[in-house]
Amino acid sequence: MVAQKESILDRPLNEIEKRLLNDFQDGFPLTPSPFQDIAEQLGSNEQIVMNTLEQLQSNGLISRVGPVFRPNRVGASTLAAMAVPMERLEAVAALVSGYGEVNHNYEREHDLNLWFVATASDREKLSSVLSEIETRTGLEVIDLPMIEDFYINLGFPLQWT
Amino acid sequence: MDLKSHTTTSDAESIDLELVCAIQNGLPLVSHPYAYIAAQLGLSEDEVLTRLKRLMETGDIRRLGVVVRHRELGYRANAMVVWDVPDEKVTEIGRLIGRQSCVTLCYRRPRRPGRWQYNLFCMIHGRSREGVLNNLEKMVERCNLAWIERDVLFSLRRFKQRGARYGVDQDTSHRPVNRTLLGVE
Repeated sequence: MVAQKESILDRPLNEIEKRLLNDFQDGFPLTPSPFQDIAEQLGSNEQIVMNTLEQLQSNGLISRVGPVFRPNRVGASTLAAMAVPMERLEAVAALVSGYGEVNHNYEREHDLNLWFVATASDREKLSSVLSEIETRTGLEVIDLPMIEDFYINLGFPLQWT
Repeated sequence: MDLKSHTTTSDAESIDLELVCAIQNGLPLVSHPYAYIAAQLGLSEDEVLTRLKRLMETGDIRRLGVVVRHRELGYRANAMVVWDVPDEKVTEIGRLIGRQSCVTLCYRRPRRPGRWQYNLFCMIHGRSREGVLNNLEKMVERCNLAWIERDVLFSLRRFKQRGARYGVDQDTSHRPVNRTLLGVE
């Protein structure tokens, strides 16, 4: 028997949740017991910190506690755009999302209305995924690989009001 | 370290790759997560920590910590702002935009003549459309960007979102490393 999980989406976030979400997007301790170290900073205890992170994760507020890699260090990635007729958008989006190489896929407000990020082991494999999508949909895929990364900020400052 | 150099991968690099694969979906939420990973890979905890510190120093790991999901936290508005910057100015302008606190990504990408004119992309998240546009307007003013042609592409539906994968999951990391993925978060 598994008890029904409390959904933290149904209530305001508590102080520990807020601080875990905001203050630990970077600089996670590289020490033998990082959750204990975080607990000390928060005036809490290790078990509460681990449980809270677990709950934030199971409720989808965080995707993981872990690394964000520099883009394009391994393999090849690109941002691709397509102009999809509105009546085909859902079907084409599902086809695109069906590729394991695709990790983000959004509808955006533009003539080019479908934008996705694809990554593969190398450029050749990536290109073949894009051209397969073109063949299967009969639509052009515009390939916009990153040339230079200018992003400096670490993490995302959250505001609670 | 160049994780891309397929033909000259040393043992040290292949251990780094295995380590990266073992943590790509997140650290285990246990008291001693690095020791846990170390045991999986047949390394010592010290070695895992040393390697991770080095991967952070080299920038291969850009940050380590809580990876939040903006939409679920109420940041439902997300605009990709694209700019048509003269090529000779794009590095300077890119660095400027990349430093702004409302910006979460800033990349130069190619133009595609006749199809796509913009060469600089940044992402602005906010709780509302108005909030995003307000942040954008303030940034344009503060950084003196009004002269650059731009467009704002708000996201509508999200069809898929997850971290990029190397292709080997945590629980299968004992298998030979299959070099697959890494991209934009």
